[in-house]
Amino acid sequence: MARIGVFICHCGENIGSTVDCAAVAKAAGELPGVVHSVDYKYMCSDPGQSMIKDAIRTQKLTGVVVGACSPRMHEPTFRRACNEAGLNPFLCEMANLREHCSWVHEKLPDTTAKAIDLVRILVEKVKRNKPLSSIKVPVTKRALVLGGGIAGIQAALDIAGAGHEVVLVERSPSIGGHMAQLSETFPTLDCSQCILTPRMVEVAQHPNITLYTYSELESLEGFIGNFKATIRKRARGVDEKLCTGCGVCTQKCPNKKIPSEFNEHLGTRPAIYVPFPQAVPNKPVIDRDRCTYYSKGKCQVCAKMCPTKAIRYDQEDELITIDIGAVVAATGFTIKGTDFFPEYGYGQYPNVITGLQFERLASASGPTLGVIRRPSDNEIPENVVFIACAGSRDSAKRLSYCSKICCMYTAKHAMLYKHKVHEGRAHVFYMDIRAGGKMYDEFVRRAIEEDQVNYIRGRVSRVFERNGKMIVKGVDTLLNGQSIEIEADLVVLATAMTAQPDAEATAQRMKISYDADHFLSEAHPKLRPVEMNTAGIFVAGACQAPKDIPETVAQASAAASKVVGLFSRSELAREPVVATVNRTAPPLFSTCVGCFLCETACPYQAIERDDIRGRDGQLIRQVAKVNQGVCQGCGTCVALCRSKAIDLQGFTNEQVFAELLAV
Amino acid sequence: MKIGLYPGCSLEGSSREYLESLQAIAPVLGLELAEVPDWNCCGASAAHSLNHKLALALPARVLALAEQAGMDKLLVPCSACLNRLSTTRAELIKNEALRREIAEVIELSLTCRTRVTDVLSVLAKATANGFSEKIRQPFARRVACYYGCYLTRPVEGAACRRTEDPQEMDALMKLAGADPIPWAFKVECCGAGLSLSRTSSVAELAGRVVEDAALRGAEAIVVACPMCHTNLDLRRSNIEQNLGTRFAMPVLYVTQVLGLALGIDERALGLHRHEVPVRWEKKANHQDTQAPSEVK
Amino acid sequence: MSEFEPKIIAFVCNWCTYAGADLTGTSRIKYSSNVRIIRLPCTGRIDFMLILQAFGQGADGIIVSGCHPGDCHYTAGNYHARRRWMLFRRLMDFVGVDLRRVHFSWVSAAEGAKWAELVNQVVDEVRTLGPYKAFPQRFHENGFPVQLTVAN
Repeated sequence: MARIGVFICHCGENIGSTVDCAAVAKAAGELPGVVHSVDYKYMCSDPGQSMIKDAIRTQKLTGVVVGACSPRMHEPTFRRACNEAGLNPFLCEMANLREHCSWVHEKLPDTTAKAIDLVRILVEKVKRNKPLSSIKVPVTKRALVLGGGIAGIQAALDIAGAGHEVVLVERSPSIGGHMAQLSETFPTLDCSQCILTPRMVEVAQHPNITLYTYSELESLEGFIGNFKATIRKRARGVDEKLCTGCGVCTQKCPNKKIPSEFNEHLGTRPAIYVPFPQAVPNKPVIDRDRCTYYSKGKCQVCAKMCPTKAIRYDQEDELITIDIGAVVAATGFTIKGTDFFPEYGYGQYPNVITGLQFERLASASGPTLGVIRRPSDNEIPENVVFIACAGSRDSAKRLSYCSKICCMYTAKHAMLYKHKVHEGRAHVFYMDIRAGGKMYDEFVRRAIEEDQVNYIRGRVSRVFERNGKMIVKGVDTLLNGQSIEIEADLVVLATAMTAQPDAEATAQRMKISYDADHFLSEAHPKLRPVEMNTAGIFVAGACQAPKDIPETVAQASAAASKVVGLFSRSELAREPVVATVNRTAPPLFSTCVGCFLCETACPYQAIERDDIRGRDGQLIRQVAKVNQGVCQGCGTCVALCRSKAIDLQGFTNEQVFAELLAV
Repeated sequence: MKIGLYPGCSLEGSSREYLESLQAIAPVLGLELAEVPDWNCCGASAAHSLNHKLALALPARVLALAEQAGMDKLLVPCSACLNRLSTTRAELIKNEALRREIAEVIELSLTCRTRVTDVLSVLAKATANGFSEKIRQPFARRVACYYGCYLTRPVEGAACRRTEDPQEMDALMKLAGADPIPWAFKVECCGAGLSLSRTSSVAELAGRVVEDAALRGAEAIVVACPMCHTNLDLRRSNIEQNLGTRFAMPVLYVTQVLGLALGIDERALGLHRHEVPVRWEKKANHQDTQAPSEVK
Repeated sequence: MSEFEPKIIAFVCNWCTYAGADLTGTSRIKYSSNVRIIRLPCTGRIDFMLILQAFGQGADGIIVSGCHPGDCHYTAGNYHARRRWMLFRRLMDFVGVDLRRVHFSWVSAAEGAKWAELVNQVVDEVRTLGPYKAFPQRFHENGFPVQLTVAN
């Protein structure tokens, strides 16, 4: 038999001035099952809490209803009090007499009547509450960092620095990402490689970091603290243990005319290559699609020349399975190529290039050794047009977002060009200048005022070639919309930053959500910016949204600190509001009929299939089972269940219908 | 393939050769064209800037008549007509009440069942199979395919897919044996909107199109729109005066090029009606090709 | 006889609408006191039998409200609710529920004013419709659904 205690709070004047609290307590005292009902000025105060604790002890209460403020405010307070008095905290419920009653209604008999109703509803519920205990899950203190750009590097170093193991997976042959391709960085114009490469070396040398390059995440299973990751380590064709990185193979490879990915196709590389001299690890990879040996069966020059005999043509992909407790997704971004822009020549003009290509031209380690030369004839361009917002903020191109970094790097490009070609003229077509950030706007002003870059506010409708010049047709909206034509030698498009082409597949592999543009969706745009909705998975860098280096690094460190926080405990406790599938005695075993509608409804893949077997091992039937470590307790499965076999702890069908019947 | 035909005013007047050449190649391509009975003006150029209801009612009547004649598909060779008919149809499908109102105005039943189609799509379908066997004389010349505005605008529901760099006409030209050049003015404005009111602007705008095509070594410009043709061909003297150069570069309809490739008589294709004579120097850029015989 | 005051039952999700209604309170926005809120974790948890049951025991109007599409705390619960809702409306229509008495809405945690507006609007509308007697009668005559036995 239920023994419920009801405690009505006046909240000073907040409830007491509109609701007759004494009357509510009196009415509640007459409800069946209620053995104790009182009202008090401040229930959340120490004396108030003591009243509850004493009543639990003396009256042997089996449930408590506190009629006070919103449970979102003080539910933890009162549950803690109950726990201290020896009552399971999940046997305490709150009736919201303040936010949902006294504050929103006038002082009328109806308001007190409503308060009584609210208490009655919760009394009926709490009678059916079950003692629950928090769910404990163990934590594997090893993190997986996916992506070896600056975001992944920073996150890996931070987690490793805190003393935890990190597995860093990068799919290209070297870590470094896009940052390694950059010439100088805004707004300080310090050399990108100079600040990045020491960090890359640190990753390689860190005792807590296991680095897998030329590798990809094959699958990720499990839940927070308890993931199982399978990594596909693609065959390099080189025995990494024997290879010393001497570089003879790459020098001797006869097939040297392959466009270099690292140089954005402005330079070439051999078929066996390291993407760039400072690559980490400094071990080459054989490009099997382009290697003569794989296509024609002969050559093997690299194998013959290798002093340590490290070439392995028959090497195969390796699958590595690792237990991990947390994941940092730092899978990066890509940019639109010039071929995305029909109005700018559909990629057919060699002298229309992307911003990333310009970075390679400006980089001292680039194909032109830092001299700005146009690709068609290697001449130094005298007139360069930069087009900002190429694709970004253009709903007609289905890219309505701002790429965020283009305003700054376009100013940087124009500036670098002016520093290198003093007599040259630089023009920038822009929509708006978005230079929010420390020393950012000052940087853009410097480009305009000191380096005399010609900023034109307007769009470019077309770029085409005439007599070896690129004709840029645009409009100056500050000059009364006058159309202008510039004869340029080189046109640089600040093309839109986009999610990786396989971002959707990657996200689905990790069961995390992504937005319409395939950027990963954080759990809350303001308050949980580095967490994914799937617990235990965090995000850093431009795979979440376009962002620059400082922001990326900050986010990576934030994600790392979340991981370290998670790893500070050996067990996790979670609220037991999770679904359960009932089990009954044989021969029924469960009322679950095995339709698995719940499986399709669950946003967390928490539904598993459980085989019920007889003593002989014979499969009797398959029923649903909830992985309580993964379940977040939304209850969608419960509403969908045809046989009412699945129920949600804390919000069971019995509880909810009882509440309804009490209205 | 049986298909309805709405010629519109241009194809009966200034661009008769477009209709003539279309009708000349139709039987060879297996196209059966049936003209919409009692058709009227599509309302282009004036109506849609003056009175929206009128601008809808005029094309709606054509659609209703085509529907009445049991046409599933209506070929509209003129780009301006195409634009009026297809945008009207789209608007009336979207707005049920408006469709009923317009049907009352034109006093005809109107369901918008008849689909509207452009000349490039129809020709692409008609040449999809066995066209190469029908070719008598490949049109082996460098051509600049000029699409103008209406085949690519408005972008929603445009006849061509890559609206900034359409390829449909280029594909047809390749089939006919021609070499379509990449160039920058495929979809630029020819100035048709100012054709009568400000011929100086037309000379400038159309001049840029002709100039770029010539600069890139085109031997002919190919069009699929009467307005484009008028401005590039009929206004050629204005263009030349304006630029101070002469361009011996004829402007042909896509149907005429296909007709020449199919070996159809030039007179039947209406080549003699052009302002810029359709003839080439014996040895232009391609020495290996044989030019079509001279036109008197 | 005093004016008819309808009884409205609201099923709301914990993360958006319940919090939104809390905000109505903190903002001291007044609204009609005819509504009784039942808190659930998510609109996806709302078993539509609850709605039939609510009418069956004399509710004159129902509000179902959760997070806006895309904002669900549980990623997709509200989408499931919406999809089911589309079907359920047709079913309710079929079994003779007056659809003017059933309101589905999105109220976020930031929309305190919207919650007050929603309640007032529903109360006004149901007040003009009058007490809902037709459905409960049929509901009980047909013994539908099977009466719940809830132990005390």
